[in-house]
Amino acid sequence: MIYFDNSATTRPYNEVLDSFVKVSSEFFGNPSSLHGLGLQAEKLLTQARTQVANLLSVKPTEIYFTSGGTESNNLAIKGTAMMHKNKGKHLILSSVEHPSVRGAMEQLQKLGFDITYLPVDQYGRVMVEDVKASIRKDTILVSVMHVNNEVGTIQPIAEIGKLLRQYPTILFHVDAVQAVGKVHLNLTEDGVDLCSFSAHKFHGLKGTGALFIREGTRLGPLLSGGNQEWKVRSGTENVAGAVAMAKALRMTMVKGELGIEKMKRVKSLLREGLARIDDLTINTPLENTAPHILNFSIKGVKAEVLIHTLEQTGIYLSTTSACSSKKQLPSQTLLAMGVPDDLADSAFRISLSYDNTEDEARMVIKAIEKGAKQLRKVMKLHEL
Amino acid sequence: MNYDRILIRYGEISTKGRNRKKFVDKLRKSVRIALASFPKIKIRAERDRMYVLVNGENVDEIIKSLKNIFGIQSLSPAIRVEKDLDQMKEAALSLVKSLYKEGQTFKISPKRSDKTFELDTSGINHTFGGYILENIPGIKVDVKNPDINLKIEVLSEAIYMSCENILGAGGLPVGSSGKAMLMLSGGIDSPVAGYLTMKRGVEIEAVHFFSPPYTSERSKEKVIDLAKKLAEIFGSMKLHIVPFTAIQQSIKEQIPENYSMTTTRRFMLRITDEIRRKQEGLAIITGDNLGQVASQTLESMYAINDVTNTPILRPLLTMDKNDIIKIAKDIDTYDISIRPFEDCCTIFVPSSPKTKPKKEKVQHYESFFDYEPLIQEAVENTEMLTIRPDSKEQPSEFDDLF
Repeated sequence: MIYFDNSATTRPYNEVLDSFVKVSSEFFGNPSSLHGLGLQAEKLLTQARTQVANLLSVKPTEIYFTSGGTESNNLAIKGTAMMHKNKGKHLILSSVEHPSVRGAMEQLQKLGFDITYLPVDQYGRVMVEDVKASIRKDTILVSVMHVNNEVGTIQPIAEIGKLLRQYPTILFHVDAVQAVGKVHLNLTEDGVDLCSFSAHKFHGLKGTGALFIREGTRLGPLLSGGNQEWKVRSGTENVAGAVAMAKALRMTMVKGELGIEKMKRVKSLLREGLARIDDLTINTPLENTAPHILNFSIKGVKAEVLIHTLEQTGIYLSTTSACSSKKQLPSQTLLAMGVPDDLADSAFRISLSYDNTEDEARMVIKAIEKGAKQLRKVMKLHEL
Repeated sequence: MNYDRILIRYGEISTKGRNRKKFVDKLRKSVRIALASFPKIKIRAERDRMYVLVNGENVDEIIKSLKNIFGIQSLSPAIRVEKDLDQMKEAALSLVKSLYKEGQTFKISPKRSDKTFELDTSGINHTFGGYILENIPGIKVDVKNPDINLKIEVLSEAIYMSCENILGAGGLPVGSSGKAMLMLSGGIDSPVAGYLTMKRGVEIEAVHFFSPPYTSERSKEKVIDLAKKLAEIFGSMKLHIVPFTAIQQSIKEQIPENYSMTTTRRFMLRITDEIRRKQEGLAIITGDNLGQVASQTLESMYAINDVTNTPILRPLLTMDKNDIIKIAKDIDTYDISIRPFEDCCTIFVPSSPKTKPKKEKVQHYESFFDYEPLIQEAVENTEMLTIRPDSKEQPSEFDDLF
């Protein structure tokens, strides 16, 4: 099997699963319970929080555990809206955000908030001048993802953060779900107030994630109840999931020291090899992109059919992002970048992990070339 | 600006005559402990000042750590420049530029210890002041109240330049004034009392009374967490955990309810005093604050203090609660202290304790039962922990899971 769909999800590390199983079976106490089992669970949760915070160079009190990227994004956006609606009702987001950001904003729009979409250039990148031009007196939040999930473009987070420092009442949310372990982010220096993470994108488990909330930043909770996570996120804590996430993050950071370079080599090999295929256009820009995502289109080939053809040979990749591929809509990101409809409609995404090899890349190039040729033949016959 | 060293000015140490060397050594030790996570730095201690050579480590982070160290009056990030006028000019300009905001004023404060240097002080003023005026449009000189004060020190080996003067924590280096025992309950006050005493150079060991099952493991954890915070100041701290259940139960049985609290406090003090004697401390510190609760009236203190003539230090005695809370927040103990777990003082609390207990009465009540064996037993069974501040390297029982 060649798994090239790591932006959809990653395979959990075995060590991560071991921790999850051990904590779930041996330390199953509720951290809020008064007795010793509760205390053990609480200690585990605290250690998980501290480890995640240390790895991200922030304070443990700034890490809030959630159920994943979607919840973190919703909490950041709706929580800001609920808490700060008296300061203003204007929200800014880029036009290439993940559906969980876009959807949350659109829901707020129906409740009377105003939203502004930032355009992107041909590389899928937000321009800082546009952010500046969109800011109004009643703006309370700017949300820009760190690494685009469809094409891998890295957004100018540090520059936007620097700009927003001049507007102390505007919160800056960054969806870093695709960035962890691949692209470095300095939450403190870059002026980020809120930042979303999802564990299953870095070999942790589904249903676990975190939101970084800068000290002193206040959010309204989405979930009310037992006031866990400092009242921001009620619900009995997923201790085993949090421990597993802390471990996955540590392993990812350790492996990343060599892994990122390896990914870059595999990606550039793919890029060169695929570019030689007839009618294949690489959509991922050459520079300032994440090391693990490569997006391309093949003119005249129906993406879904090729995906299934490749699957028969044990190769897994995806059309656009997993979250939008079911809808069979052309990639929003590619359209925003100005890619023509027919190419945006036949887009593929390869996304790597540290474990993928150059050999796998060579095999995939060959398989895509062969598959595309075959399909085109069939299509032509069909037209006749 | 690329600072290469941080200049540390001593506070009261400078006036301590013949003890100065000892004080400087203690301060050097504190600095080394506080900066343990910056392996590349070098510390150079001199008679009047200390330098931390940055060697590429993060200057802002180092300053943040130094600001908490007792015995430092102020500190300034500085750069070392060779005695070359062009190099000096560039350095002076970039230093001032890095701080300058529109409309600000500056002055130059030269100090010329090396009398062979080619420029005298007014020459230094003219040369560098002129260069800055030419190159930063809009900047003005103000020798009385400048926004930016560029200090240029000409020493025999090199030139040092600095602009910022950052206030330190003041006080005396920890350990320079002997050792005392801190009665650490878990509340807001006692950690603050410990902190303030440490600020005057006293090394402390904490004593905590633990009454399982009336108090839970969590209340012990809480005290350990508080001790970890205090341990940051000196790198480590001893915490004595006294098993107190048997004594509290027998007090409950023997002593009239309205005097039980006074007796409890008296026994705590006696036990702490025993531990102090063993550990060779010279005083006992409490978080007492006049008039806060029944045990903290002057009458109460008089009746409780009866059991020892060891000095009892009560650094919070005259403070308002709000001021104590403010310090607790500054030193990060407040959030730990307000965790909602019972401590040994809050269980067995009588419904109406005497606010004006009489010494003679409490002595009388205690005379019917021989508490001495219980007290000795508690002292003997006291568990001594060495607490270190939380750090990434610290092993925990769960490490294999992470």
